[in-house]
Amino acid sequence: MALTPQDVSRIAHLARLELSDGEQSALLGQLNGFFSIVEQMSAVDTSGVEPLYTPLSAVQHVSLRLREDRVTETETIDQRELKQRSAPAVEDGLFLVPKVIE
Amino acid sequence: MKSLHDMGVAETRQALQSKQVSSVELTQALLDRAAAHQHLGAFLHLDAEAALARAAAADARLAAGESGALIGVPLAHKDIFVTADMPTTAGSKMLEGYRSPFDATVVARLNAAGTVSLGKLNCDEYAMGSANENSAYFPATNPWDTTRVPGGSSGGSAAAVAARLLPGATGTDTGGSIRQPASFTGITGIKPTYGVCSRYGMIAFASSLDQAGPMARSAEDCALLLSAMSGFDERDATSVQQAPQDFHAQMLQPREGASAAQPLKGLRIGLPREFFPAALAADVDGAVRAGLKELEKLGATLVDVSLPRTELAIPVYYIIAPAEASSNLSRFDGVKFGHRAAKYTDLLDMYKKTRAEGFGAEVKRRIMIGTYVLSHGYYDAYYLQAQKLRRMIADDFQACFRQCDLIAGPVAPSVAWKAGEGAEDPVKAYLADIFTLPGSLAGLPGMSVPVGFGEGGMPVGLQLLGNYFKEGQLLHAAHALQQATDWHRASPVSRPF
Repeated sequence: MALTPQDVSRIAHLARLELSDGEQSALLGQLNGFFSIVEQMSAVDTSGVEPLYTPLSAVQHVSLRLREDRVTETETIDQRELKQRSAPAVEDGLFLVPKVIE
Repeated sequence: MKSLHDMGVAETRQALQSKQVSSVELTQALLDRAAAHQHLGAFLHLDAEAALARAAAADARLAAGESGALIGVPLAHKDIFVTADMPTTAGSKMLEGYRSPFDATVVARLNAAGTVSLGKLNCDEYAMGSANENSAYFPATNPWDTTRVPGGSSGGSAAAVAARLLPGATGTDTGGSIRQPASFTGITGIKPTYGVCSRYGMIAFASSLDQAGPMARSAEDCALLLSAMSGFDERDATSVQQAPQDFHAQMLQPREGASAAQPLKGLRIGLPREFFPAALAADVDGAVRAGLKELEKLGATLVDVSLPRTELAIPVYYIIAPAEASSNLSRFDGVKFGHRAAKYTDLLDMYKKTRAEGFGAEVKRRIMIGTYVLSHGYYDAYYLQAQKLRRMIADDFQACFRQCDLIAGPVAPSVAWKAGEGAEDPVKAYLADIFTLPGSLAGLPGMSVPVGFGEGGMPVGLQLLGNYFKEGQLLHAAHALQQATDWHRASPVSRPF
């Protein structure tokens, strides 16, 4: 089942990527090339197999480590500035984005 | 004493501890050498001032009688590790000029151990690539032949260590990004078991696969670096809770029943028949078999084993890794850090234009694959199926490890290729990852160890894979090989680069 140009533009929208027409058509060919090597994967019978989401659970029980729900780091204004120094637009300690509510 | 740039980590340590050289002298010599070899493209950022300040601090610790293994040892970090005192780009335009508020745990630990960072090393954008040609800045080249690639994604690390610009460097390995460039440049690298090194502050590509590891000139040097880099970190939810390990001591631990002449006596090395296909390049096959012969002479026995789903590892990996990447890279939206497009109409348009401008072609390709396989209606067919096959691949390894202690084979199907050759067909480049992907999917530790030369006089690496947490056993075998052979001592410095 090959992808269509409409699929590529739908995926690009979901991925929040603006693609030029040239990029879209190149990607269409490349993605279809890629999914042709994926076909062999679909043919394998995996019924009853547990997915392996994290590798060590192949050999041992892995549970998500939880910590106590308490404050471990307190933010100072200096730390906030350090965290915001690479932001494209900030004002009064806030991140600025284009207006979203009229 | 050897010339300053010729010393590896262990030799540097010796020279520093015996006061034959100061860290400042050594650091200055390497800074000069790095500046003289900028055409290799190994460094994205070189910081002489910061390096010399760290070196002076290390000299003070040495003068005070401290004897930590890495005090004053120069190195540099793959630019995927965030650093508070230097820029971090992940090889992407998206992060041009980015300054992290904190150090990655691996960086913080190596700093605390007294290492002297010279700067940040080139890599493929977000560690996606196998030739270092996806760096948004410039490619790194292979010092053995500068018309060829150094491998990737830790290509800058590999080029710098091979060219004797550094005794060691950090790298990361998601699908082979330590082992393959190590193989292509004739150095030694180890990717430990998933969870051994903290991923905190390592810019995320595929979180269930990413691991940090050292790249250096010998197993011994890797062992020294890995001991300092690894260990439990509460800031990484997947960090393994275990006591700090001395990998150098583990490497030196003699095998039971072994002798000086036969240090590997009793060690069973499995050769998966799928790792030696008929189509394997003759030069790679020859070098790998020469390495195996040496391991046999040292007492190891070779056993036939099978990893029947080796070929399937390619689609499985290239579903799982892009899926995780598409999720991880959603954080680059032009709001909290990094690039933002100059012109846009609204928030959605800002996201789309920012990401269109900030990401390179390979990153976009993987985001597209990942977004598609996770999208409504396709999840079960692709992502879930891939994770089930991943379990089968991991189980295949466990079946092998019932017959052998280590697994060996080539790292890559060929020696380093010519620059520009892989760019035309991305899928073809994915196929070349066939031998490193299975171990990555299973989360097993793996090494690349130099075993000679192939076409064009280019280095060939032997891949050694161990069972979970058997880094000590891997390093022991690699060290034994390197005590008996000289392949890892060969350097490209006799050739002009």
